[in-house]
Amino acid sequence: MHEKIFENYQPNDRSSLIPLLQDVQNIYGYLPENALRDISDFVGVPLSRVYGVATFYNQFRLTPLGKNIIRVCRGTACHVKNSANILYALENELKIKAGETTRDKQFTLEVVNCIGACSIAPVILVNEDYHGRITVKDIPKILKKYQTIKKTDKAEVTE
Amino acid sequence: MKNFDQLCCEKCWHTPQTPCEHFIQCCTEGPLCHNDEKCRIEISSLRKRLRYEEHDKPIIIIGMGTCGLASGAGKVKETILEELKKLNIDAIVESTGCIGYCAVEPIVDVKLPGEDRVSYCEIVPKLVPKFLQTVLVEKKIFKEKLLGTHGKSNQDAKNINEIPFFEFQRKIVLSNCGIINPDSIDTYLAYGGFKAFDKVIRLMKPEEVIKEISISGLRGRGGGGFPTGKKWELAFKQKAEQKYLICNADEGDPGAFMDRSLLESDPFRVIEGMMIAAYAIGASQAYIYCRAEYPLAIEKLQNAINLCERYGILGDNILNKGFSLHIKIKKGAGAFVCGEETALIASIEGKRGMPRPRPPYPVESGLWGKPTVINNVETFANVPPIILMGGQEFAKIGTEKSKGTKVFALSGNVKNTGLVEVPMGITLGDVVFKIGGGIPDGKKFKAVQIGGPSGGCIPEHLIDTPVDYESLKEIGAMMGSGGFVVMDEDTCMVDVAKYFLTFIQQESCGKCVPCREGTKRMLEIIERIPQRYASGKDKNEQLLRFKGMIYLQRLADVIKDTSLCGLGQSAPNPVLSGLKYFREEYEEHLYDRKCSAGVCKELLTFSIDNEKCTGCGLCLRKCSVEAIVGEKGQAHYILDEKCVKCGMCVETCRFDAINVN
Repeated sequence: MHEKIFENYQPNDRSSLIPLLQDVQNIYGYLPENALRDISDFVGVPLSRVYGVATFYNQFRLTPLGKNIIRVCRGTACHVKNSANILYALENELKIKAGETTRDKQFTLEVVNCIGACSIAPVILVNEDYHGRITVKDIPKILKKYQTIKKTDKAEVTE
Repeated sequence: MKNFDQLCCEKCWHTPQTPCEHFIQCCTEGPLCHNDEKCRIEISSLRKRLRYEEHDKPIIIIGMGTCGLASGAGKVKETILEELKKLNIDAIVESTGCIGYCAVEPIVDVKLPGEDRVSYCEIVPKLVPKFLQTVLVEKKIFKEKLLGTHGKSNQDAKNINEIPFFEFQRKIVLSNCGIINPDSIDTYLAYGGFKAFDKVIRLMKPEEVIKEISISGLRGRGGGGFPTGKKWELAFKQKAEQKYLICNADEGDPGAFMDRSLLESDPFRVIEGMMIAAYAIGASQAYIYCRAEYPLAIEKLQNAINLCERYGILGDNILNKGFSLHIKIKKGAGAFVCGEETALIASIEGKRGMPRPRPPYPVESGLWGKPTVINNVETFANVPPIILMGGQEFAKIGTEKSKGTKVFALSGNVKNTGLVEVPMGITLGDVVFKIGGGIPDGKKFKAVQIGGPSGGCIPEHLIDTPVDYESLKEIGAMMGSGGFVVMDEDTCMVDVAKYFLTFIQQESCGKCVPCREGTKRMLEIIERIPQRYASGKDKNEQLLRFKGMIYLQRLADVIKDTSLCGLGQSAPNPVLSGLKYFREEYEEHLYDRKCSAGVCKELLTFSIDNEKCTGCGLCLRKCSVEAIVGEKGQAHYILDEKCVKCGMCVETCRFDAINVN
């Protein structure tokens, strides 16, 4: 699946390593081992170096993601507005810790440094949707919204 | 004529392949190569249309920056389109960036033919039918949510720049933000865009450009404050066949969003600034290193670059002047340290983003070993206005050593959050109270955190400090990139120090020992302050904590002196400024075992007010450690030995029955 990406890049060009990793992660949601090997061959950089780069940056992950990704902003403004509690409540609600995925693969909980929406702190980002100025009380409602989407999706499929 | 890349008549010619040096002038003034009244009128009417000055249909402009979208601007746009269909009104719906007043998003502007543009705030989807009915059908001002008019003040509406949030601002960099459509190069041209570049490439030599920037006194807006003119001059003097220009848009600083907003709302301004810089230093390849967390900013930038290439404003032989420039976007991958220039270069080269010792500075040996100039987004955005108004004029704004304006991302516990641009020299207090509107809910002001993890917390008695590089440094803070987080009495300074240290410790790249190990040790000491030790050894506990505090100061000094890059050198700042200005608070934590802000959970005790508790059982269900017991319908109790002080019960209780001491 990821072989097509290589068409857009020049081989043996070190500077394309990070963009390649980003593109592969866009396809799979994470970086599978075989893709890392292919990238290493293509860029002409030892696999150990590729691994080094992939583990250095926060963006890259080596394990698969859940269906919905919840990103909790922990920037300064959010911190001042008590985002620690939001994170704690989410961890409680989903029964996972930050960085983990629920067992039913529905939600992945992540912490990000700042999503740059400080004016509406505290913010969480579910997939592509921003939820600003939230309180602990809003969390079950927000989660439910994404869970129900999943159920209707299934219903449509069975029909 | 619909846009500027169409030609007015056959006599005109301009394409990226066969460029005409008068292209930008033609767009802003009318045809120069032939004297044709018809063409002149056509171009001028296009310009007026793009500036929303001449139109027959009503125009609705929605603020669609990230803050607008997060407040529901997407839904608002949908509802407006639906409602317009229902009302059977033919109107143009356009989008713009962020005007800066993020607290009252979504902001919607309405421009009726022949009338002034009027801004409205907090237009939620529910309000849309009533809003459109009032504004478009009855043609009245929708007073409930009025922000201001863009024309002259009248009895119905004040001019937008006279309302308190905007009154004390001076908009140079942000002048187009929230006004123009960031997706349209035509609008930017119609608002006088690329005029500065046009002036530079036709009339000025690189040396003259650099001289103008030097006269203006512009200093790097990324935080360091290095004189921009000097940096360019150093790069200009280097002899190399290839030089690079990099725009640093890796805004990792938590609590700052100036670059994001600027890139989303006025990407062409930044590109124009880069073009002028590239011309001045002689670079033909430029990179914009932008955080991957800003998808909208990257999208707008890419679109802007594509449009510039299509119009022949970027590419080879620009405007037939022999100057070529290509701009590429490099997406960051989430590493705070990549904001440091040598780490950023390493990251572009495809390596781990680790800084290296300087010298050699990037202006001598940067990207791929070639001379490289790295400037911040805001620095580049300052360049076109400087060229147009002249360095001397620009230098009149601000203080003796810090010229111009600074954009701050005002956030935290303040009424009017948003993006503000103030002249240098304004006091911090003016920003918090006059522009920010003070602290909400009648709380007391405590501190302002400026400069992010590299800066410090400034207490109330220093609130009259002017905003400039030197004054801020003197009191232990730093200009930084422009994060401006206001804190009220409910913020604990020990907790804030802990927060920043956690951040720095996670983001330390691990190359040099003082930063990697030192910040970890510092964090451990700070974390111990509120923690309970194993019970029973109370005397020792006090002593250990006290010793820790002495080490903290020493460690901080060592890290400051010996770290490799700016991240490490400034890492202890939040702790040092905390110790300096909020010593009582640290001592209160240490000796009295109290956190008066009620933040350090380990120092709190929770109890339930018997009289207020209705026994609904909500907190009992929410408690993750089963520390709450009680029968349904009767008052509940908290078991102190089981309680982990998470505070979840306080947040969930609907009757305010849980007391925190």
